[in-house]
Amino acid sequence: MNLYLFSSPATFYPLAGRLAPWFAGAASILGVVGLWIAFAIAPTDFQQGEVYRIIFIHVPSAWMSMFIYLVMAFWGIMALSFNTRLSSMLAQSLAPTGALMTFIALWTGALWGRPTWGTYWAWDARMTSELILLFLYFGVIALRNAIDDPRRADRACALLSIVGAINVPIIYFSVKWWNTLHQGASVSLTAAPKMAATMLTGMLVLAFAAWFYTIAVSLWRVQAIILERERGAAWILSMRKAKMVTA
Amino acid sequence: MNDFLAMGGHGFFVWSSYGVTAVVLAIELFSLRARRRAAMKQASTTGDAR
Repeated sequence: MNLYLFSSPATFYPLAGRLAPWFAGAASILGVVGLWIAFAIAPTDFQQGEVYRIIFIHVPSAWMSMFIYLVMAFWGIMALSFNTRLSSMLAQSLAPTGALMTFIALWTGALWGRPTWGTYWAWDARMTSELILLFLYFGVIALRNAIDDPRRADRACALLSIVGAINVPIIYFSVKWWNTLHQGASVSLTAAPKMAATMLTGMLVLAFAAWFYTIAVSLWRVQAIILERERGAAWILSMRKAKMVTA
Repeated sequence: MNDFLAMGGHGFFVWSSYGVTAVVLAIELFSLRARRRAAMKQASTTGDAR
């Protein structure tokens, strides 16, 4: 199979439409299972009590906020290297969901911090760099809206995404590099997790739910972006005749 | 049930975390649906004049 085939919006459009429902379905199932583990199975934390249940959404959304940014920067690199329209469209489709995940991470972090640390917010390295991430997402979205020529907007957004990606390792390692109010990583690839197995399971299930949600939503969004940007293209008109685009 | 909602006295923090998350996800899904409908409507009319 020729993978380059799918680098064209015309061939990717129907593929995205076929894949998105599966990812959405997987996200829904994992979401329900994850919430069930988070509230019905996972025991009360011996130190924090019940409020720790916030981390079941805080950690997955914080992971996604960083990961989505890196994927967006990756598509930016592809767009600048190969000048492919679809790469830019995929990058464009990720920004709103990335901003949303960042917002959820900040919001839930604040609500966890108040009863646990005694404050909603502190200007420590982890929180400040995560807030910068939110502004970077807003910046990418605003930059695209500010430039009328889509191809110029593609290049500008790609550049901003790539430059901004330096912030992601800063967020990730901030708790090691600086003395932060935010605690260190509870889960890492190099050490045994510092949490009970059921809590970890719930968090990972919800992390996968967040992954599949993001994939489903960005596939649906990229379809809208393709239609918006390719309007009047011959392939869309022929797809209409085949009843693949319906209002 | 009341114990569950109270979350050991931290119900406000737990439920406003989960509640706002649910609301923003719903907003994203609804606005995405609106955007897709608009894009499809536009795609199904653009070029009719030709």
